Amino acid sequence: MRLFRHELKGEILLYVRSRELAFFTFLLPIIFFLLLASVYGNDRIKSEGNVRSAAFLEAGMIGYGAISIAFAGLAIVLVIRRESGILKRLRATPLPAHVYVSALLCAFLAAFAVEVVCLLLLGRAFFSVPLPNHVISLLLALLLGAVAFSGLGIGLTALIKSAEGASAVVNAIYLPAAFIAGAFFSPHSYPAFLRAIADVLPLTYFLRLVRNVMLHGHDIWTQGTNVAVLAAWGALGVFIALRSFRWEPTDG
Amino acid sequence: MSAISVRDLRKSYGALEALRGIGFDVERGEVFGLLGPNGAGKTTTVEILEGYRDRDGGTVEVLGVDPAEAGGDWRERIGVVLQSSAMYETLTVAEMLDLFAGYYSSPRSVDEVVELVGLSEKRDDRVRRLSGGQRRRLDLGLALVGDPELIFLDEPTTGFDPHARRQAWETLRSLRSLGKTIVLTTHYLDEAEQLADRVAVLRKGEVVAVGPPAELIGAAPATEIRYRENGREVVLETDTPTRVLNELTAKALAENRELEGLVVRRPSLEEVYLTLTEERGE
Repeated sequence: MRLFRHELKGEILLYVRSRELAFFTFLLPIIFFLLLASVYGNDRIKSEGNVRSAAFLEAGMIGYGAISIAFAGLAIVLVIRRESGILKRLRATPLPAHVYVSALLCAFLAAFAVEVVCLLLLGRAFFSVPLPNHVISLLLALLLGAVAFSGLGIGLTALIKSAEGASAVVNAIYLPAAFIAGAFFSPHSYPAFLRAIADVLPLTYFLRLVRNVMLHGHDIWTQGTNVAVLAAWGALGVFIALRSFRWEPTDG
Repeated sequence: MSAISVRDLRKSYGALEALRGIGFDVERGEVFGLLGPNGAGKTTTVEILEGYRDRDGGTVEVLGVDPAEAGGDWRERIGVVLQSSAMYETLTVAEMLDLFAGYYSSPRSVDEVVELVGLSEKRDDRVRRLSGGQRRRLDLGLALVGDPELIFLDEPTTGFDPHARRQAWETLRSLRSLGKTIVLTTHYLDEAEQLADRVAVLRKGEVVAVGPPAELIGAAPATEIRYRENGREVVLETDTPTRVLNELTAKALAENRELEGLVVRRPSLEEVYLTLTEERGE
């Protein structure tokens, strides 16, 4: 426990210090929320049960934040650390692998938690979006999503060969995914082929889950399909991670 | 009991036999050099000793434990400096050391380590602002902060300018005075000669010589005597230079002539090394 707390402190310090990472994964969803909600926050979305755009966007940016922090940020950080040799060096210390990985994960989950709180408060303050009332369901949904996307992010690192390639590969996956899954717009108005892609993306199910809880007052235990698909994707990521996670740089 | 004992160690990468059954011992408190050209098997050897790589055959004991099966307790007792200086660029020197110190149950104090590796002035600078030599010293500090008994250094001064190398040597000498056992790999002879109590010379996965640097020179080819006679260069190699020289000079004196350009020299470690590591008509 002492080791975990020590490493968690270190990871949080590292997260706060990493300006580029903090900007792209943490601030960008907040900036998009403020911009888009200012433009069309008061519109009503018919296909989504006539909810206000601001509320719809707020939930969307929570989903976008989840993949940008837990999936993209975590994957990029891990690849950079692996390729630069930091992971290899850590292996020579008495810090156990499970302590390291869980502390790293918790630091990213903490960043996501702060992000969610920021989005909720900004939504309330500037766009009159009511704070969520199914708090337990929302917390469980967010935790499930963040853990699933972390699992996928760690799994993805096995497929990336170089630190230079990390951002390119990760961005090429998560930015289109966020768009197609409907983080920014309602996917009901998308053409059929985009909806077909959206139907397999884990983010689609996470967004449905979060929106059903936040906008339509459902509880998480009524959301079997969304929870199951999300959990299955997360399990796939963890499976790949356990099979092919590497501590050493690709060459050497 | 020795700090490290290696017997018949074998390792192949596909068809390439990187280690062909090497053996050596490292005593406690000793500075031991693994010397050899690139590709001789130095890094493979230390990475097996550090527990990074599996071996294909042979026995290895490091501090009484097989590194392939070693756990956290064993890692408390070793310090590792890898070839690449991987660090968190956004932390300061002190923060970096403090983070690593926390991984050990009885670490050295950060200030003590900063002092030891000569980074007191850089204590609160970000790692990314350090020069190559300073990074390498921080590297060493990170290996020392857990107060290990045994330290592995893989090519600690490769890529250094001469000044930075001298500084690094000073730091490494101060480690010896702490009573640490040190294993270092290098392809620089002068480095081995300056720092190591004993060296093992590796060539294509085999140990071709082990001993104190001075003894390796001693075991080497004969002393060389050169002079010119009637404008012709004469080169004599002998194991009894005192007698040969006496005869030569006595004769020259008797004939009342000078031995022009007389040179008596022992082969340098460099020449011994080249003799040992060169391809021998294979």
